[in-house]
Amino acid sequence: MTAETHVELNRSKQPFPVVTTSILGVLMAIGLVVAIIRFINGIGAISNLSDGRAWGLWISFDLYCGVALAAGGFTLAATVYILNLKKYYPIVRSAILTAFLGYVMVIVALMVDLGQPWRIWHIIIYWNPHSPLFEVGWCVLLYTTVLALEFSPNVFERFNMQTPLRLIRTIQIPLIIAGIVLSTLHQSSLGSTLLLMPDKIHALWFTPILPILFLLSAISVGLAMVILETSLASKGLGHQVDLDILAGLGKALPYLLGLYLVVKLGDLLVAGELDLMFSSGLYSLLFLVEIVGGVILPLVLFALPAVRLSRTALLWSSLLVVLGLVLNRLNVSLIALAPRPGTMYVPHVLEFAISIAVVSAGILAYILANRYLPIAEHEHPAGHRPVVEVG
Amino acid sequence: MAKGMLIDLTRCIGCRGCQAACKQWNDLPAEPTSNWGSYENPPRRSANTWTTVTFNEVSEGDRLDWVFAKRQCMHCEDPACAAACIVGALRKTPEGPVVYDDHKCIGCRYCTLACPFGVPTFEWDTPVPYIRKCTMCVDRQAEGMEPACAKACPNEALLFGEREELLQEAHARLEAHPEKYVDHIYGEKEVGGTSNLYIASVPFDKLGFPTLGPEAIPRYANVAMAAVPPTIVVVSAAMAGIYWITKRREQMMSQKVSVPVEQWPKPDQDKED
Repeated sequence: MTAETHVELNRSKQPFPVVTTSILGVLMAIGLVVAIIRFINGIGAISNLSDGRAWGLWISFDLYCGVALAAGGFTLAATVYILNLKKYYPIVRSAILTAFLGYVMVIVALMVDLGQPWRIWHIIIYWNPHSPLFEVGWCVLLYTTVLALEFSPNVFERFNMQTPLRLIRTIQIPLIIAGIVLSTLHQSSLGSTLLLMPDKIHALWFTPILPILFLLSAISVGLAMVILETSLASKGLGHQVDLDILAGLGKALPYLLGLYLVVKLGDLLVAGELDLMFSSGLYSLLFLVEIVGGVILPLVLFALPAVRLSRTALLWSSLLVVLGLVLNRLNVSLIALAPRPGTMYVPHVLEFAISIAVVSAGILAYILANRYLPIAEHEHPAGHRPVVEVG
Repeated sequence: MAKGMLIDLTRCIGCRGCQAACKQWNDLPAEPTSNWGSYENPPRRSANTWTTVTFNEVSEGDRLDWVFAKRQCMHCEDPACAAACIVGALRKTPEGPVVYDDHKCIGCRYCTLACPFGVPTFEWDTPVPYIRKCTMCVDRQAEGMEPACAKACPNEALLFGEREELLQEAHARLEAHPEKYVDHIYGEKEVGGTSNLYIASVPFDKLGFPTLGPEAIPRYANVAMAAVPPTIVVVSAAMAGIYWITKRREQMMSQKVSVPVEQWPKPDQDKED
């Protein structure tokens, strides 16, 4: 089969990245040691978290940013399988892999952050439907399962397991739809969690429509993340993806970013809070950097045909969207969220060690999956005749 | 009927007997502290210190008052912590206290962020941590006793009883002595009302009490959570609908492209395709 030979060729072409994996391994080992200390002496031993600020880097970066950056999985799945835009078929598996790894990383980070992670199964038997976090917990649980199933054909194909492969393909579309529904809920529910802190979050960020803003920004960053990750993989792993595909994704971004911008600024306008953009000192600065650098600038860049014709320009423009989203999530859940009076929070270096270890594990898994599983090149599933033939 | 406490700060003499009584009844260890320039000690509530008396120097006009304020869980009527709790470990009882179930908690600490009064505290330095906060001595109440702090107060600054009656008493005190009190019963309306009520001689924001509106904290989250079931239905239906349309269009297109018009299959031959 041609797909097989392509994979074999790639494997032989690229030497095993010994240096990269070694560095990642060391970073993971450091995180593991820190985690062991945490499980012996408590969260206070490795973090600056306190009653004044009980959620910090792990929740803001690993959870809020991590879940949003994994949004490429459902946006690409919707593009290819629901909107039926088959042009994007060659990158859907890579997007689903990123999403799956992203969610596993979120869960690993939560295992460190939760006080009693061995009780995580409690969310299945003790329900509180009023809690946004209850929605978050169930979405993580269910969507990770869906992503594992969406990802599973890679493994089944690799080991030529035809029966489970056929089974997955029969439930493929319901599975994809379930993934989209769960992602819609999950992305928005992370915004909902902040709705219980109306008096603590700065008015530039707090709004009752935070769930909608979280969903809209996640869709944008999902596509940007796919462009970024595909571009980097092209350089690092030697999987060249057609420029046409990346440019097509880039073409959608001005509309998505524009929609977010209109809703965000419209909400401030309706609330009569537009003046806060310039009158809140450091908060105004952070807000403007986030909106101008992470939304308006990439909106303009992606709208330019010249940008969409250049791999480098696409890479940098998508990086802007990603960094803008990271700043947004850090702003709303960390910087603009007031701690208890008389307390302050700056992440401890060991908190960074945990987050870095989790990201390292994700990158290592991505490299290995691309190397040993048919992620980048794969046959088209039954019933999906390719529209664009590989010439 | 729901219980509560009326805390009259004009009667508080800052003896901290309530603090000591709370520790004694709940078996809470002492905390290592140092003199940091205030009688207020320890400086913050924690998993081992559920109530503290704050010492506030308040200048009103040409007057300087030293006002003491016992702080602890307010036992909200519609508590943000209970709305936040992922496993429902925190809940408001009909009797008044907001109680916590050790056996459910997974240690996510969302309650500590949601609480507008900065009340729930976490055990940071143990491998098996729990949330801790004032229980309004729900165990003593079950035995027909008042909370330990109220029992210990030597100057009747803490009055335990039915919230409705305490509210009437508070109004009566404000009416009888308007010169002595500011016209504000803190907790009557704040975040939808709290079981514990305060009256004082100075504005509450000068005592470090947060200024809060009359709406319950979970109001926005409730709207978002109520939107979940319709969102599931609408998004599923929309995706299924779009899938059906794009699939159908693909079929029509491929027929148009591959089969000349004169060779289009008759309707009864469709199934063979």
